[in-house]
Amino acid sequence: MATNQSDINVYVEKQKRKRELQHYYVSFVLMILFTILAFAAVMLRDSINDYLIAIFIVTMAIVQVVFQLYYFMHMKDKDHGFPSLFLYGGAAVAFLTVISFVSIIWIS
Amino acid sequence: MTTISPHVHSPRQKQGFLAWLWMWLTTLDHKKVGILYLCGGGFFFLIGGIEAILIRIQLAVPENTFLVGSAYNQVLTMHGTTMIFLAAMPMIFALMNAVVPLQIGARDVAFPFLNSLGFWLFFLGGLILNVSWFLGGAPDGGWTAYTPLSSEYLGSGMDFYILGLQVAGAGTLMGGINFLVTIINMRAPGMTFMRMPLFTWTALVTSALILFAFPALTVGLFFELFDKIFGANFFNATNGGNSVIWEHIFWIFGHPEVYILILPAFGVISEVIPTFAKKRLFGYSSMVFATVLIGFLAFMVWVHHMFTVGLGPMANSIFAIATMAIAIPTGMKIFNWMFTMWGGQIHFNTANLFAIGFIPTFVMGGVTGVMLAVPAADFQYHDSYFVIAHFHYVIVGGVVFGLLSAIFYWWPKMFGKFLNETLGKFTFWFFFFGFHFTFFPQHFLGLMGMPRRYFTYFKGEGLEAGNLISSIGASGMAIATILLVINIVITTAKGKKAKGDAWGLGRTLEWSIASPAPEYNFAQTPLVKGIDPLWKAKMEGNKKLTPAEPLGDIHMPSPSILPFLMSLSLTLASFGFIYADINGMGALVFAGIGIGLMFLLMLIHSLKDDHGFHIHKEEIIETEKGAE
Repeated sequence: MATNQSDINVYVEKQKRKRELQHYYVSFVLMILFTILAFAAVMLRDSINDYLIAIFIVTMAIVQVVFQLYYFMHMKDKDHGFPSLFLYGGAAVAFLTVISFVSIIWIS
Repeated sequence: MTTISPHVHSPRQKQGFLAWLWMWLTTLDHKKVGILYLCGGGFFFLIGGIEAILIRIQLAVPENTFLVGSAYNQVLTMHGTTMIFLAAMPMIFALMNAVVPLQIGARDVAFPFLNSLGFWLFFLGGLILNVSWFLGGAPDGGWTAYTPLSSEYLGSGMDFYILGLQVAGAGTLMGGINFLVTIINMRAPGMTFMRMPLFTWTALVTSALILFAFPALTVGLFFELFDKIFGANFFNATNGGNSVIWEHIFWIFGHPEVYILILPAFGVISEVIPTFAKKRLFGYSSMVFATVLIGFLAFMVWVHHMFTVGLGPMANSIFAIATMAIAIPTGMKIFNWMFTMWGGQIHFNTANLFAIGFIPTFVMGGVTGVMLAVPAADFQYHDSYFVIAHFHYVIVGGVVFGLLSAIFYWWPKMFGKFLNETLGKFTFWFFFFGFHFTFFPQHFLGLMGMPRRYFTYFKGEGLEAGNLISSIGASGMAIATILLVINIVITTAKGKKAKGDAWGLGRTLEWSIASPAPEYNFAQTPLVKGIDPLWKAKMEGNKKLTPAEPLGDIHMPSPSILPFLMSLSLTLASFGFIYADINGMGALVFAGIGIGLMFLLMLIHSLKDDHGFHIHKEEIIETEKGAE
């Protein structure tokens, strides 16, 4: 019974690792794809609106940052509350600062 | 202060002065680093205090010629810079090093190497700033170093300001990161966040503020460095720069900075008042909430330093309201301290006198703060002595009172000996009255129109009496400081020895171990069962806390000279940059050598395998017996 249980545990561990590796591959391929898409968008700038390209590139960048943080830097795993807290806290402070610069302080 | 702890087990233990010096240069023990911070901060506090006295001598009588023009500007700039960056900050780190790991039941800080590096960077950064006196004149652009004045119109002094603060600021950032990780990761079993002592809470929030605020200063100083040395135009309006950006960057750092200073002082008061009222802290969870809220709001109010820049009524009103909002959590704290004392058995010793004196003094500073937060009124107060009075009430009346209270309170824990109470009480009364005599008249001087940073004033403007009283008051604070130094010297020579629970009223974990704490802090990590674990254990009739682990060998980091050498190489690099501006680009070679050395030392640190050493069980049992 005991050996049986440990066999199951080993199997579950293996499956988990396999799954994680798959995630790495998928997100890696997707990140390369997004980068190519961003370059492609700029190459087609004669036929697409500039603002659309800008928005597209920034969106791609944000998605890549999320992949990077969550899949490669393990923020999706447990016990990452503090890194998330400080990341989002820092982002919120930076965002408020930038917003106040462009909306009420008018630095130019 | 040659207090060598009797529990030194370092493998390099030798005799003689050189061995003693080597021990202090290489120590990674957080308690020793704390003592180093205290000595470094105390040294710069004395220098800054002498500069303050010089300022008050010049202003004691109208049309004085004691310190005129640039000499006065240098003294006032160095007074402000020294007191904020080189005296208050390191004293805060001294307390955090000495107390935080003990309060959370940890054996060490998370990054002992980084901790020591942080100290040496601060200390050598401070020396870079202060050697400017002998190398062509100190910085004279005010502690805020507003551009374009400081980047284009002043001499080489500002180079020392930029590089000195850059080096010291890097050290502070390292210290902040170290304490964040220590408090989050190294708490003893059972020490949940809502059981942490308030001082540890404020240390946590302060470290987070350091993490977010100091990079802004670093970036701003780099911009100014590039403007000065390499002819960049970040702040040069004629070439398309914008000098107001410096003000924004400086205050995005500078406002959180003042909360970085005051929050640990709040924490000290929240420890001292319950201990000497023999009561639990009133409203613990609201205190935590207020601390976190103040930390958050610290980043939302920087524009209140810039109301007169002309950012428009919209920006001014939003930041005015945000500023006034800070009065709410601060008020919560004030009332909680008073409710803690209510019905308590109050012991009026020196530490508690400073803590009780803190409350009305700080409230006065807070009230003038709310007055200054009204933009329309601020146009009148701006750059007058009213502002000087306000921030000295919060920084001296708040931070320094808190620091002095903490020094008297934790001195037995740091050094194993009590400071003399009689001398201490004289210190308090001289300091308290000296302080109020110095700064209270300055409110009225400001309202009468005396501008800050001017080196003199004329007869018959009605400013004579206020300035004279102010200068006399300053001598009271000087006497108090001299008494404190005498007190330290006397008690170091033959002070009363302290037990583990030095005051007999200890509530938190640091009082459950010997004074001074042994190198490994806790022979067995304690199990924490609630707020004020030691008090709880004592009330249940236990002499000792329940351990959370069996007695065993304890792993310690080996001492290392690398942090000191790294700081020296960055100092060399700093002088390279400074002389690149004074003597031409040839000096950049030294900057290159310094930075190269730094990388080399980093490489050595990474490649060298150092597994530390163990303190063995038998040794621990022996030490613990000696402490009984």
